[in-house]
Amino acid sequence: MTDTRLAETAHLLRRAGLGSTRGELEAYASRPYADIVEELLHPDRSPEAPDDLLSRYFPALVTAESPIAWVARWVYRMATTPRPLQEKMALFWHHVFATAWFKLEHGPAIEAHVDMLRREGLSNFRTLLLELSKDPAMIFWLDNCENHGDAPNENYGRELLELFSMGIGNYSETDIKNAAYAFTGWTFRQPIPLYPHGGHDATFLYRPEDHDDSEKQFLGVSGRLQGEDIIDEIVRQEGTARFIARHLYNFFVADEAQVPAWSVQEPRDPAAVETLARAFRDSDADMRQVMRVLFNSDFFKAARFQRVKCPAELVAGVFKLTEELHDEPTSDLINIYAQMTPMGQKLMDPPSVEGWHTGKEWIDSGTLMERVNFAVEHVGDASAPGVRAIADRVAAQGPMEPEALVDALLDLAGTLEVGETTRTALVEAASSPPASGNGDGANGDGAERIAELLRLVVATPEYQFA
Amino acid sequence: MAGSNGNGNGQAKKDPVLVIVQLTGGNDFMNTLVPYNEGAYYDARPLVHIKQEDVLPINDDLGFNNVAARLKKLYDQGDVAVVQGIGYENSSRSHFRGMDIWHTCEPDKISTEGWVARLIRDLDPEGENPLTGVNIGSGLPRAMAAAGVTATSISDLDTYGLMTKLEREAERTRNLELFKRMYTPAVGQGMVMDYLAQTGNDSLTSADILGPIPASYTSSVEYGGSAIAKSLRDVARIHTAGVGTRVFYANSAGWDTHSHQPADHPRLLSELTGALDDFMTDLREHDAAEEVAVLVFTEFGRRMKDNNSGTDHGSGGGAFLIGEHVEGGLYAEYPSVKPADWLNDEDLKHTFDYRGVYSTLLEQWMGVDATPIVNGTYEQLRPFSQTMLA
Repeated sequence: MTDTRLAETAHLLRRAGLGSTRGELEAYASRPYADIVEELLHPDRSPEAPDDLLSRYFPALVTAESPIAWVARWVYRMATTPRPLQEKMALFWHHVFATAWFKLEHGPAIEAHVDMLRREGLSNFRTLLLELSKDPAMIFWLDNCENHGDAPNENYGRELLELFSMGIGNYSETDIKNAAYAFTGWTFRQPIPLYPHGGHDATFLYRPEDHDDSEKQFLGVSGRLQGEDIIDEIVRQEGTARFIARHLYNFFVADEAQVPAWSVQEPRDPAAVETLARAFRDSDADMRQVMRVLFNSDFFKAARFQRVKCPAELVAGVFKLTEELHDEPTSDLINIYAQMTPMGQKLMDPPSVEGWHTGKEWIDSGTLMERVNFAVEHVGDASAPGVRAIADRVAAQGPMEPEALVDALLDLAGTLEVGETTRTALVEAASSPPASGNGDGANGDGAERIAELLRLVVATPEYQFA
Repeated sequence: MAGSNGNGNGQAKKDPVLVIVQLTGGNDFMNTLVPYNEGAYYDARPLVHIKQEDVLPINDDLGFNNVAARLKKLYDQGDVAVVQGIGYENSSRSHFRGMDIWHTCEPDKISTEGWVARLIRDLDPEGENPLTGVNIGSGLPRAMAAAGVTATSISDLDTYGLMTKLEREAERTRNLELFKRMYTPAVGQGMVMDYLAQTGNDSLTSADILGPIPASYTSSVEYGGSAIAKSLRDVARIHTAGVGTRVFYANSAGWDTHSHQPADHPRLLSELTGALDDFMTDLREHDAAEEVAVLVFTEFGRRMKDNNSGTDHGSGGGAFLIGEHVEGGLYAEYPSVKPADWLNDEDLKHTFDYRGVYSTLLEQWMGVDATPIVNGTYEQLRPFSQTMLA
């Protein structure tokens, strides 16, 4: 059976990261919980992701400029980084600030956008919004480059308030218009889109002659407001503290109702959301402090397997289990984009600015099939280092009854918890002769046999949860 | 179940089928069906307009954008009803809320139950056929989601199946059997787990039915390369196989043309209308067209005035009903484009409630009671010359 320290640590690493290999889990679990949280909160104390390895083994992935390559590189990072929370925060903000390649068609800008989320993910929320407003990918995505003093385009102003900070019901149409005016002249140096300018970087550019410098009112303050003033005011709003708190709860703690319901529906756990909102206010919007409160809270620790994994979590988690990307990457990941697309998540290419619908909405009969197929295919490879390691550990424990074998596998596959129905089915599989017909241990528990049972473990309904 | 609406010999009674095409982002209705003799339109749209010479007139006031020539062709055949000025009071300018309102029929409060899901429940109350409602794509639209209602999402019909890559048939058979048991809804396991279990079970059933379809479908129609063309081809492949699907849902993305509209919108419109024309031709070739009605809708129209390179979120959009039994023509009223009539000084005023269009389709085409599905009674149109109902 799984011990509590391991289970608690595995939970933290599933949420603050993208899962863990068995080796990582045991190393982390030997330290006090609060120390692990501190290390996660300070990514710069750990080495950077081993990006160079992927480029050494699969150089084409570095030179290629296409969503196929960027998604492969990001998934590789998710699975291998020694800074898991940095990657997880980038994924979180990517869900909130959904920006998509299908409009940009410009590789350097979308990768720079995700890099910015990585760099600023744990900064002050004010800094993050400021960087977001200066981010060429975002500026092009929501047309702020078309937002001129004499011809405003309110796309960015509207979504900044509705989707990126406060949520509907906390501001008026006039506030939107004035926010848009405040961001006139915030644009970038070409070249976006890609054609005909090629893959050069785009950089932020402020054009004072295109900025509307008149008196404006926004949420009760007035003056010759600039973009920075709008952001300052947004960050001070109670609505913002609550909106971010609900996003954090939904992504890191437990599945909640979806964003459009927030203006009328109470949170699933109002006290938890208030705790997070208070941390946001008290720390003057310091995301690192808010995350510290979140991971150390009892409501977080109690929320094991309360979230449906998003496809990125599922995929990276499978790679953690098989360890096929660790040390020497054996998969070039070139298919990962095509495999994640039918699961409903094209990274760096969300369907619209509202981002993905999460929780149980990740699951339908088609996406479930894709998730199961992906996990079964990868975990089924008995030669994958992670699968071999599990087989070795099982073999080292000597002959086992089917029940004990199932418990051992659930534990080794990530301290999983399953219901009675699932457990009965797994025990039945463990009791019957191996379908492979070549169990090479005394009671058929060689690597092929273990791979066969692990294929079923990752096909369970419980495996869909983090 | 199978065969009731397929490409039979013409003797069997065919059940009516509804195909819904969603244009995500807010299609610019004014640049789709253009008021080409209105000075006010050209005044409001100095840059993002369709020139008179680029319009295919259908009368002295209105004409299709010429990139939609293939929709105009269907219109001339009498197969297209245009619902002008479709919308609702206090139209939301949020994509999020806007789409939610169309999906749930609840403009004033939050609901999680979709109108299409209620239709599916009405057509198949016991959930006997997981393919009664089919979504092409990944992720069910909220319109098709409701507790206890099954709908199937298909992102790639050609590879649809569970654990298809397991090499040993014996292992696959055993795993599918155990999978079925693990995905059995059980007492006290919670709503999400129940949903997951039901979904797992449905995916097994639908995979059995859909598996053989790609190999048996043939057609002389060559669809274009766009995503919507691929989706409509999948609808055609499933519909013509006669597996009992009554509602199809397909999505076309990218209609949020705040900028570069003069380049992007024509491409989208051309891809969409070409795909619709190919789809209808394909169905006719399979003698499977007359039972199908297509609804094309979007969450809102766009602002009267352009913003130099595109148009911002507005209201008062347009919808299209397409089918052999549709009585082609213009329905409801084209919103006035005169500045004095603009809503809040900047928007088109809607002239017909979208729930009335749903009600029309539900009662006159599908033969079910619309009131509980759209949460009320709304004025209907009379867009069908004939129906499949007894």
